[in-house]
Amino acid sequence: MSTEISNPLALIAELTHRCPLHCVYCSNPLELQNRASELSTEIWTRVFHEAAELGVMQADLTGGEPLARTDILELIRAARTAGVYVNLITSGMPLDEARLAKLLDAGLDHLQLSFQGAREETANEISGTKAHAQKLRVLEWLKQVRVAVTLNFVIHRNNIDQIEQMLALTESSSATRVEFANVQYYGWAFANRERLLPTRAQLDRSIEILKSAQERLRGKIRIEYVVPDYYAKYPKPCMGGWGRKLMLITPTGEALPCHAAQIIPELRFDNVKDHSLREIWETSAAFQKFRGEDWMQAPCKTCDRREQDFGGCRCQALLLSGDPSATDPVCSLAPTRNKVDAILAAVNNAPPAETLTKPNWLYRINPPSSSALSPSLVVADEN
Amino acid sequence: MTPDLQSHPRVAPGCRLGENNQQRVLLMPERALRLNGPSLEIVERCDGNRTVQQIITELQQIYSKAEPKKVESDILDYLARLNDQRAIDFE
Repeated sequence: MSTEISNPLALIAELTHRCPLHCVYCSNPLELQNRASELSTEIWTRVFHEAAELGVMQADLTGGEPLARTDILELIRAARTAGVYVNLITSGMPLDEARLAKLLDAGLDHLQLSFQGAREETANEISGTKAHAQKLRVLEWLKQVRVAVTLNFVIHRNNIDQIEQMLALTESSSATRVEFANVQYYGWAFANRERLLPTRAQLDRSIEILKSAQERLRGKIRIEYVVPDYYAKYPKPCMGGWGRKLMLITPTGEALPCHAAQIIPELRFDNVKDHSLREIWETSAAFQKFRGEDWMQAPCKTCDRREQDFGGCRCQALLLSGDPSATDPVCSLAPTRNKVDAILAAVNNAPPAETLTKPNWLYRINPPSSSALSPSLVVADEN
Repeated sequence: MTPDLQSHPRVAPGCRLGENNQQRVLLMPERALRLNGPSLEIVERCDGNRTVQQIITELQQIYSKAEPKKVESDILDYLARLNDQRAIDFE
């Protein structure tokens, strides 16, 4: 393969699948891994060092809930010592003021706090648990310390009309950055897709609000938003291109080019327990599979945009067209775009009463317990 | 927004200098800015002690062959951009 390989810039470290929330759009796979199969502190430490040597600048410590790991302080120290910028993406549930101080002492650079809505009842419904009040407490503690804070709002039909309240919540906090990311339809979100997709009118209004907020809050809060790509004309450059910028490590050590790659049946993944990160990045079959342009079909093969969007998302191509090498069906030039249009028509033509009815969510479950005695989330004392 | 000459720019919480591929970078949430020559000279001086005016004066001395007015306007533009990105605060 003649494709030149650039070095990865970010490592997404899924430390665990354990999580106190049960969000209906969780990006974890439908089949969750238990605590006993998680990577050890030592292996993660080696992975962070290998990542820094490969040129990785940022590590995203995520999950599940990364704070469910009792060795989280050691992991933060290890990543920071390796020389990478340490992001923690958390629900804020297993946190108190003392633990927050320890995370910062260990070298945490940036804390991203997830929110399921601006109103308590919506947020609790989506997360399948009473989480919202705790998140508001975390926001107060964050005002007392010096750390970068991002609020992450995951947006969908049932909370997209609360964006102004979400902005107000952000402005009342110490966050300098906020993400409004519309749900992307994989995993649990794909299963709940018909209930999560906003209508076109909702989406247009939200973009209008966010654009004007970007102007108003310039220099105070950076606002980033991601639209549901079903509504886009061209696909997103998924992960910045397959095997170009990002590497994701699952709780058990499998190295993936993206969050959802395990759904592609023909891919085999290498494990960091058996190989170095460099070896995986440069030679693993899964990373090679859709790197560059050799795999592309028409119309991508000759499209002027192929270096901008890299053919879109492989997992979405599989989910919607059955072929992971096909043009991402959200592309207006894709032969299978009619499948996306049919879903949008169903969402946009439904009578309003129906879109407002409380849906029957399929909630994300807990990973299987390691043993009958082991609770799914353990928060223990740390040193 | 044009920065106030008497304000004290300071690298924002969670932003710090680092190194990547033998190049200095400003690490910040979800991104990194490559710094070279003047941009590094400026960011290194955003310590919360110096004023914008002091930074301009120091850079005008370092880049004494450049037109002083041009040095000043370049610095003001760059500081405003860093502030938009939330990489610095004016204190």
